[in-house]
Amino acid sequence: MPQIFHRSTNTFSKLSIFGAVFILAALAAIVTAINRSSYVTQAGVSREQPVPFSHQHHVSGIGIDCRYCHTSVENAAFANIPPTKTCMNCHSQIWAGSPTLEPVRESFRSDQSIRWTRVHDLPDFAYFNHSIHVNKGVGCSTCHGRVDRMPLVWQEKSLLMEWCLDCHRHPERYVRPREEVFNMEYQPPADQIALGTRLVEEYQIQSLTSCSTCHR
Amino acid sequence: MKMPDKSLDLSALRARLNSNRGPRYWKSLEEVADTEDFREFLQFEFPQGAEQWDDPSGRRRFLKLMGASLALAGVTACTRQPKETIMPYVRAPEEIVPGKPLFFATAMPVRGMAQGILVESHMGRPTKVEGNPEHPASLGATDHFAQASVLTLYDPDRSQTITHLGEISSWSALMGEIRERLAAQHPVKGAGVRILSETITSPTLAHQLGQLLREFPEARWHQYDPACRDNVKQGAHLAFGQIVETRYRFDKADVILSLDANFLASMPGNVRYAREFSARRRIRDGQSEMNRLYVVESTPSITGAKADHRWSSRASEIVRVARAAAAAVGAGEAAKINEVSGLPLDSVSLAAVVKDLRNHRGRSLVIAGDEQPAEVHVLAHSMNQALGNIGETVIYTDPVEPNPILQIESLRDLVRDMATGKVDLLVMLGGNPVYDAPIDLGFSEHLGQVKLRIHLSLFEDETSAQCHWHIPEAHFLESWSDLRAYDGTVSIVQPLIAPLYEGKSAHELLAALTGQPDRSSYDIVRDYWKSQKPDEGFERFWRRSLHDGFVADTTFPQKQLSFKMSAVSGQQSAFGGGQLAADNRHESLEIIFRTDPHIFDGRFANNGWLQELPKPLTKLTWDNAAFLSPSTAERLGVTNEQLVQLKCESRKVEAPIWILPGQPNDTVTVHLGYGRTRAGHVGNGMGFSAYALRTSKAPWFETSLEIQKTSQRYPLACTQHHHSMEGRNPVRVGHLEEYREHPDFVQEMGENPPQSLTLYPERKYEGYAWGMVIDLNACTGCNACTIACQAENNIAVVGKEQVAVGREMHWIRVDRYYGGEGEAALDNPETYHQPVPCMQCENAPCEVVCPVGATSHSTEGLNDMVYNRCVGTRYCSNNCPYKVRRYNFLLYSDFATPSLKMLRNPDVTVRSRGVMEKCTYCVQRINAAKIEAEKADRPVKDGEIVTACEAVCPAQAIVFGNVNDPNSRVSKLKADKLNYGLLADLNTRPRTTYLATLRNPNPEITRDPKNRG
Repeated sequence: MPQIFHRSTNTFSKLSIFGAVFILAALAAIVTAINRSSYVTQAGVSREQPVPFSHQHHVSGIGIDCRYCHTSVENAAFANIPPTKTCMNCHSQIWAGSPTLEPVRESFRSDQSIRWTRVHDLPDFAYFNHSIHVNKGVGCSTCHGRVDRMPLVWQEKSLLMEWCLDCHRHPERYVRPREEVFNMEYQPPADQIALGTRLVEEYQIQSLTSCSTCHR
Repeated sequence: MKMPDKSLDLSALRARLNSNRGPRYWKSLEEVADTEDFREFLQFEFPQGAEQWDDPSGRRRFLKLMGASLALAGVTACTRQPKETIMPYVRAPEEIVPGKPLFFATAMPVRGMAQGILVESHMGRPTKVEGNPEHPASLGATDHFAQASVLTLYDPDRSQTITHLGEISSWSALMGEIRERLAAQHPVKGAGVRILSETITSPTLAHQLGQLLREFPEARWHQYDPACRDNVKQGAHLAFGQIVETRYRFDKADVILSLDANFLASMPGNVRYAREFSARRRIRDGQSEMNRLYVVESTPSITGAKADHRWSSRASEIVRVARAAAAAVGAGEAAKINEVSGLPLDSVSLAAVVKDLRNHRGRSLVIAGDEQPAEVHVLAHSMNQALGNIGETVIYTDPVEPNPILQIESLRDLVRDMATGKVDLLVMLGGNPVYDAPIDLGFSEHLGQVKLRIHLSLFEDETSAQCHWHIPEAHFLESWSDLRAYDGTVSIVQPLIAPLYEGKSAHELLAALTGQPDRSSYDIVRDYWKSQKPDEGFERFWRRSLHDGFVADTTFPQKQLSFKMSAVSGQQSAFGGGQLAADNRHESLEIIFRTDPHIFDGRFANNGWLQELPKPLTKLTWDNAAFLSPSTAERLGVTNEQLVQLKCESRKVEAPIWILPGQPNDTVTVHLGYGRTRAGHVGNGMGFSAYALRTSKAPWFETSLEIQKTSQRYPLACTQHHHSMEGRNPVRVGHLEEYREHPDFVQEMGENPPQSLTLYPERKYEGYAWGMVIDLNACTGCNACTIACQAENNIAVVGKEQVAVGREMHWIRVDRYYGGEGEAALDNPETYHQPVPCMQCENAPCEVVCPVGATSHSTEGLNDMVYNRCVGTRYCSNNCPYKVRRYNFLLYSDFATPSLKMLRNPDVTVRSRGVMEKCTYCVQRINAAKIEAEKADRPVKDGEIVTACEAVCPAQAIVFGNVNDPNSRVSKLKADKLNYGLLADLNTRPRTTYLATLRNPNPEITRDPKNRG
């Protein structure tokens, strides 16, 4: 039987056999890298909103507290997105004719909700509760970043499970005094671990890593 | 695989029971027979066929799909979350915090009477029903009807629009027609107007009907419910000369004799009765005496299953037992000792029962079943009188119904008027008489003679189809109303949601008949109560009543009555006792009618939760059957699932046979409510309609039944052997005397291996360690826990075919065991119920075999199930000795129907195909309570976390809590001598444990198993 391939192709076949291991490893590395990339997690991508509401202006410019709008953040799982009425508290007087705010006024007139785009979207099988985190000394900016510097809000962190677990395993690295939770400008002290360890004890923070803590 | 097909050799079976080799507790006849087929059936984790690929797509398509799935599997992880929007309120309502449920008090009509409930509302969606702890008929618990009511609310089959002759029409068009017809009725004072309603207890509705009858004095108001309590009313009338309501105090009763009364399941007030009855069976907390229950019954019921002594009797013979007992008690003069011969219970037993009753004067109770004829009720009244129980365990009050009438007579009058053409306008407020009226009245034949027929109902059903107008009825969770409970307490029914469709309430329709077509139910109910109360402080009264779920001080006071002794001696002739003479007893078969334990009179036929709930004693789902005793089946030569023709005179129906131990010989019990033709997608064509045999003369039993065998079979879906634990002493039972002498008997019934004898890692539980105790002594086997769990945890319905192959999804099942000594146990077995949720083993066999870590141990001892990790190997289920894991073989959850999306509990994942699931101890409730406690810097209090099954239990048989806290209720129960773990010899260290059952038999009644309950 005549040879189909020339002898020189042996090199290629050997290379590809040994190379397969590396190629597969490289593929796996690429897939994980993609999964963690902001392309998939959407971290750092600011979303378009029906009304270009600026947290930067309202929080650092005017000095409105987080809880003025996110009313249930201390009491419930959901931090709450304010009703149109909350916007109209001020904007029936200020910028009452601004064309940018027309969707807000339209909503108020027609009794139809404004359809905001969700920025922080956990998978449906994860059950996150804002109130317990806030009450245990996890600051807003720890997860949400400097919202007071975001003209349009983006998601600061990856929201991957490994990111959740990092804090659940080592809460002392992240917790802050309860009175600083809503302080956007809070900077962790140099001895965060010392402070964190003290707070973990004081607030009785448990390292909850059971599956049913979040999944059910 | 179906259960072994061969007919059972009952004589061999008796021999086995008589010999020592027979098991002490058994689940079914097949298990006793222990055939090859049966052993093979048990070998498999799921019945055969459960694992079969029954998707209609063929092999090629399968390979294509699998190829594509494999190729794309890696890519799925790269999908980005789709864009989601958030739509906040425009103006936020007060009190609603997104993510936090609110609870509102209201009441559900069950048999026309109020059951007080609290309804959980998630941003305006009612999702779950709980009991109202302050309501006298609930005390915090509910029955399965209330639990399943939310599913009916969101049922996509509910009628959604007013129709006229089958065409979509409008309320205003209907009003036009009504105005025209009523104008013609004014000159004749409404002589052609008839209202037909179900049992009504609503004061407002009665007031409205009164108004209508004042406007049209010649009009008539009829009431008919197929489960009407005519016998009770007749009995009271004979005994006292007036209709009164009888209320029982089981908390005060030491000795109870039930004459075919299923007071734990199917009497008004049964939820409260179950609580009071079970409370008197606990031997702890300083209580050292148990009550004693004697039951003589014609159909095995959960009440009979709790009895210390049970006798089965033909329904027609109960009256003879009652007469003999009354004579012996000394009530009335009708002491005829010759009556005693040939009774279902021998004279020694009867004498012992009577002695026991007399020894407990004022603390005993004789209770007659609603289905028993008036004479039995008279005799029960007379016995209670003679025993000094009136005012103690028996309380008489005014009737709960504002217009208590004999309903079958009322319907007969209506049909007569229809037949003679007197009826021009018939308005039916609910009900489905075309389907459920006694067959001999010919309701549906004569309905056509009514000139205008209007039907208000939740579904466009059999009756709607024969009416000109059909009006969709507002569900009780959608409308305002009021109702009275079994003791007269009034509840205001407040809606939890605006009508989903164009639903109208009976109030609104009646208002329209009196010329007020636009009045809302709210105005009608509120204005009625305004007229009843002084103006000042009304707002306060109204808000208080709505908040509490009942109107204060409306419970009927006790009534002083004089018993007419003549009733006892006089009734013999009046009721024609002669036809029950002993000589023809065994020649003819007796047919007994009962409402279905789950779909009731047929009104819940389209409710998948109730259809799929295994019936308490037969464990059948989705069907009714003709129940026969083993001996009768043997005599007739019929087997399970064999189709037979049941024939009473010229009426006949085909029904499958089901052999039911404990059924009296020569009787056949059939459940009403099946064989619906227009119930909806779920209920249509399930079972056979027993109404086809039921006449107005014999609504509950009749002795003229013939059975004709056919060679056909009709498969029934029975869950009896699914998830079987193969006879390892799962239920432990002792007698009270035995327990007093030897309190450790329960511990000695099973092996408890030392904790160190295990390969599993030793775990330390700091903080909380959740555990549960189920008190089998309290459990009545009512199934409410199963359906409460289904509602709380978004558990899917799978359908009859899937149940037949063992794929039902219930997280907590209630196993039923039979026991007893010798072959007599076949005809009158002891019956035990055992609810089995996940045991949350400390050494959990399921956890170690999961290849993907989808089930793992939590720090608090739960066997967590992570749906998003599960790949469906089913190894965990294979390795679970308790068989409590459930697998989604197909896509059972309905993700498509919009109305069903509103039903879901938002705190629990809706599982998809290919995922294992199981009881989590309601971990969503645990987490919610823990978060609240943590926020307040305190530990979770004992009793703060209530699982769904614990909350619903009328008998308070389930207790959940922290076993690390030695003072918690659950820890104290686990320290009880009666506490044992299921299959504890496997050293799985289950966190769910059981308290053994205690029975309190009368030592004077012979231990001859024939008479043992």
